[in-house]
Amino acid sequence: MQSLMNAELKRINTMSRKLLLEKAHVEGIRHYDVYRREGGYRSVEKALKMQPNDIVEEVKKSGLRGRGGAGFPTGMKWSFLAKPDGVPRYLVCNADESEPGTFKDRYLMEFIPHILIEGMIVASYALGSNNIYIYIRGEYDWITDILEEAIAEAKQNGWLGKNIQGSGFDCEMYVQRGAGAYICGEETALLESLEGKRGNPRIKPPFPAIKGLWGCPTVVNNVETLAAVVPIINEGAEEYAKIGIGKSTGTKLISACGNINKPGIYEIDMTISVEEFIYSDEYCGGIPNGKKLKACIPGGSSVPILPANLLLTTAKGEKRLMNYESLSDGGFATGSMMGSGGFIVLDEDQCIVKHTYTLARFYRHESCGQCSPCREGTGWMEKILLSIEKGKGKMSDIDLLWDIQRKIEGNTICPLGDAAAWPVAAAIRHFRDEFEWHVNNPDKCLTENFGLRHYADPIHVPV
Amino acid sequence: MIQFKEASLIKVKEIIARYPPEKQKSALLPVLHLAQVEFGGWLDVPVMDYVASILNIEPIEVYEVASFYSMYNLKPVGKHVFEVCQTGPCMLNGSDNIIEYIKQKLNIGVGETTIDGMFTLKTVECLGACGYAPMMQLGKIYREHLTKEKVDAIIDECRAKAN
Ligand SMILES: Cc1cc2nc3c(=O)[nH]c(=O)nc-3n(C[C@H](O)[C@H](O)[C@H](O)COP(=O)(O)O)c2cc1C
Ligand code: SF4
Ligand code: FES
Repeated sequence: MQSLMNAELKRINTMSRKLLLEKAHVEGIRHYDVYRREGGYRSVEKALKMQPNDIVEEVKKSGLRGRGGAGFPTGMKWSFLAKPDGVPRYLVCNADESEPGTFKDRYLMEFIPHILIEGMIVASYALGSNNIYIYIRGEYDWITDILEEAIAEAKQNGWLGKNIQGSGFDCEMYVQRGAGAYICGEETALLESLEGKRGNPRIKPPFPAIKGLWGCPTVVNNVETLAAVVPIINEGAEEYAKIGIGKSTGTKLISACGNINKPGIYEIDMTISVEEFIYSDEYCGGIPNGKKLKACIPGGSSVPILPANLLLTTAKGEKRLMNYESLSDGGFATGSMMGSGGFIVLDEDQCIVKHTYTLARFYRHESCGQCSPCREGTGWMEKILLSIEKGKGKMSDIDLLWDIQRKIEGNTICPLGDAAAWPVAAAIRHFRDEFEWHVNNPDKCLTENFGLRHYADPIHVPV
Repeated sequence: MIQFKEASLIKVKEIIARYPPEKQKSALLPVLHLAQVEFGGWLDVPVMDYVASILNIEPIEVYEVASFYSMYNLKPVGKHVFEVCQTGPCMLNGSDNIIEYIKQKLNIGVGETTIDGMFTLKTVECLGACGYAPMMQLGKIYREHLTKEKVDAIIDECRAKAN
């Protein structure tokens, strides 16, 4: 209770603090002149006067965690980068953004491309990399043009190229488009793709920090992670770390979608509650047509779905907050994950079986096919889910689904296998009676939905 | 004879220069994008062989890449390709109805092209526009918040371009 009150106080102090999107609505901010006039590129000026290692330390102190999904501490990742003599190092920005529910990086790149460019220059200087590649999903074709224009502007103004601002540091930046493959968001598949190959993930180790792009030490970071370097350097790690709570420092971009009144991108300070995020007018603005909340996937399609009651309140009976720790409170039994910040809301009219089926189809479509549990298992899960959805399933199919996802999880080269298994596991774990209802009502399930039932009932907290 | 236009050849050179010496294979994805735009919206075998020759790699290296990525068409497509997203978040906002409507309106199934070669309908998986659902990709840009009326307008707009 005490910690909650502190969190509440802190929230009021830092409410609506925006670090990345503060200037996103300034007219013309997409262009260099306006961006610079609004204080852009100050972090590069500051960084170039610092020792590269001090920047890495600063990022460590900030507590920044990777915003691509895994939440790995960024400063620590940077400190792992190998530095053999005479071997180039690379910084690669992961702008593949293909996890269903996730569309935040697009927003940053489309509206304030210079903040990403600025953050990357600082990161590259800290890492001793002279070449940066932004790997962007192929479908974001028009955003590629926006980025290339912004890069050209930055170069004209002496922030890229040779001897940046007279510091002796050289840096070039390029944008490379993918061509339609979710798996290329996985960092080693991304590097394969950047080398002009199929996006087949590599076996780790070696990690990219040792052997990455063309066999050279490489850091791969998400768009939002790299943009966050700008406020960290400008304001200092300590100030940055004051925002948020616990190990969830700074702000996080959440892309909210599904059945909500105000879908879109929100920069949150990670102390607000899930309930406030869904219902407050400052954020999602509640659920359309007065419908009730049934379920939510809070961090992109790969993370476990939660029924309304467990979403708003943890199994311990505490208010669930929008941060790494609170969203995962209870583990997979009763919790979920922050993931990529793709927040998908389902109202009372939605069918969990059908929604899970579309996700299973997605993972089958996106499996690279290298490992048999993932290649075969994803296809199998899709078929079974479709047959249950169409009223053609058997009771034993539900157990079979459970069995298949268990056999995929942990038995594959890359985490796409787990990402495919988790949504199915969580759907069965929390909504098993809805699956059973489909099996028992083969005709009715074609015209009606199971509905809300008990999923929003208060949870019983044992004392 | 398959040959890039002068401007595209310059672009290819520019792309290859982004990578260290000998790493020109990295240019494969971008060059295939250029080729698809320039040679009729799809990648025929002679086109892929041509790309192999300019990047100095084996044709098989091009085929295996072209067949891996969903944006490369290995069969001819219509002049306008409707790529409608059908993944979870779009489904929650009625993408099924939009796909049904386009099928009826154009009288084609998913993966098919109208007889006049104008339109192809494809379903795709999440394009990163989940908050603006339902949506489709049409050429270089996205069309979002689709309704039946918007679909009608898009079809008219495409037809008008042809005249
Ligand atoms: C199947 C799969 C897809 C992924 N897609 C993305 C993505 O689109 N964008 C991203 O930044 N990270 C993605 N990741 C995570 C990356 O592998 C990597 O952890 C991340 O880019 C590291 O950056 P960060 O530490 O800044 O988050 C994906 C991982 C997997 C397994
Ligand atoms: S888990 Fe799936 S996507 Fe990942 S390497 Fe194996 S087959 Fe490919
Ligand atoms: S689910 Fe359709 S764009 Fe993401």
